[in-house]
Amino acid sequence: VGQCVRPACRAGGAETPAPTAAPTMPATCSACGSSPAALRRPKTGHALCRACFLAAFEEETHRAIVAGRLFRPGETVAIGASGGKDSTVLAHLLQLLDQRHGYGLHLLLLSVDEGITGYRDASLAAVRRHQRRSGLPLHVVSYRQLYGWSMDRIARHLGPRNNCTFCGVFRRQALDRGALLMGADKIATGHNADDVAETVLMNFLRGDVGRLRRGAGAGPAGGEGAVPRCKPLRHAYEKEIVLYAYFQGLDYFSTECVYAPQAYRGYARALLKDLEAARPSAVADLGHSGERLSLRPDLRLPARGTCQRCGYVASQPLCKACVLLEGLDRGLPKLGIGKYRRLRDKLRDGQPLTQEERRRLGAPAEGEPSEEQEPRGEPGTDEEPWGRRELRVPRDLDF
Amino acid sequence: MDNVGGIAGRIFAIVAAPVSLLVEFGGGAELLFDGIKKHQVTLPCQPEPWHIRNLLKWIKQTLLKERPELFIQGDTVQPGILVLINDADWELMGELDYKLQDQDNVVFISTLHGG
Repeated sequence: VGQCVRPACRAGGAETPAPTAAPTMPATCSACGSSPAALRRPKTGHALCRACFLAAFEEETHRAIVAGRLFRPGETVAIGASGGKDSTVLAHLLQLLDQRHGYGLHLLLLSVDEGITGYRDASLAAVRRHQRRSGLPLHVVSYRQLYGWSMDRIARHLGPRNNCTFCGVFRRQALDRGALLMGADKIATGHNADDVAETVLMNFLRGDVGRLRRGAGAGPAGGEGAVPRCKPLRHAYEKEIVLYAYFQGLDYFSTECVYAPQAYRGYARALLKDLEAARPSAVADLGHSGERLSLRPDLRLPARGTCQRCGYVASQPLCKACVLLEGLDRGLPKLGIGKYRRLRDKLRDGQPLTQEERRRLGAPAEGEPSEEQEPRGEPGTDEEPWGRRELRVPRDLDF
Repeated sequence: MDNVGGIAGRIFAIVAAPVSLLVEFGGGAELLFDGIKKHQVTLPCQPEPWHIRNLLKWIKQTLLKERPELFIQGDTVQPGILVLINDADWELMGELDYKLQDQDNVVFISTLHGG
């Protein structure tokens, strides 16, 4: 330890304890009682060492899987893999627990390429690294293939807001279609307790009665789409997922989607973080409330049917994706966003729209250059843009 | 004489010794620091000891390249940023009041991005 040469330091040092005083040390692990604790668990406040935490996290996930009856032996499970922290931990855990406890599953990785330059290409690289390390099969579906529109192209037409509406709707279908193509019985996603709590808050804040009825997004399994889904990590606090990945040295990709800053979920997230600071169990408790929600029996709620155009699950004549695409294809990108029922009806009945009406639906102003064509990929690769018409008539996809 | 001078010198030296740290950023936080994840830093000599509290101020002034509101909120880190000191949760170490030692390792992991 060198001696500082500055006169002020040599002259003005305050009293300190002798050098033998120990620096601040963490408490001892409350599980094994021997190793120093490495983290304080957010929900309970218990201090655990690294080894005990990893073991507890794995065991709790296993118990949630068993108690929720999420899987059956012999099932093929497509893991929604984005390359981010949650899906990386999910894929790692499912593979580990399947081997350790003999679930008897066929696991595979399913990724969605939304076509967001600088964001998705880098995270897909992380998925491919995971695929090489784990040996699990990987399939990538892209918005350009499925819909003829990448998110970058949509954002150019739509502007900075409402992109997440398109992306969320398209991703849900993309996962279903990808899972069916791979012969999966089930989709597992990496949603964590914080995600679930935010969704509950958002559904309340928006008065989304349809989603509130379906457990406000908090239930173990969703039957909304074509393929059943589950969220094995829905009880896991985000902090523990990050620390699990850190202590296990798992490689994941993290950056903010370039279109996300305007997303409504950001407000719910900020609120949740404040609530959690005041009372850490709030995250788990919100999920608990959402799962147990029941609506008034006299409410009239939309029935579940199928889309007239593509056959996907829908509560209206056209599914949300088809409405959104209709808007994009006609150069009226806002057609599917906001309440434009009267204008949609006009279109459906073949009536022309006024200039003002077209402008409200997001049509480009007169004199704006028409958008450039998206480059077509090489045939036979992930980038090949299949004819959208073919894919949207599901000859062999049985919904 | 030699002993007293030696001990006094050692006490002053411990108070004023420069503190060298390995400061790391992960989970996307590195984007605020020119994308650099590992920073070997030496904190300047000062009469007051270095705690996490004044380390944060120092980081904001010296290392942070953009958008300070994504890293710091008031006196502390933005909610959603985890802090590890020598691989242990800072909540076990006194959080902002932890007194930094020479050769400590401080890791800031952002949890704020999609999974």
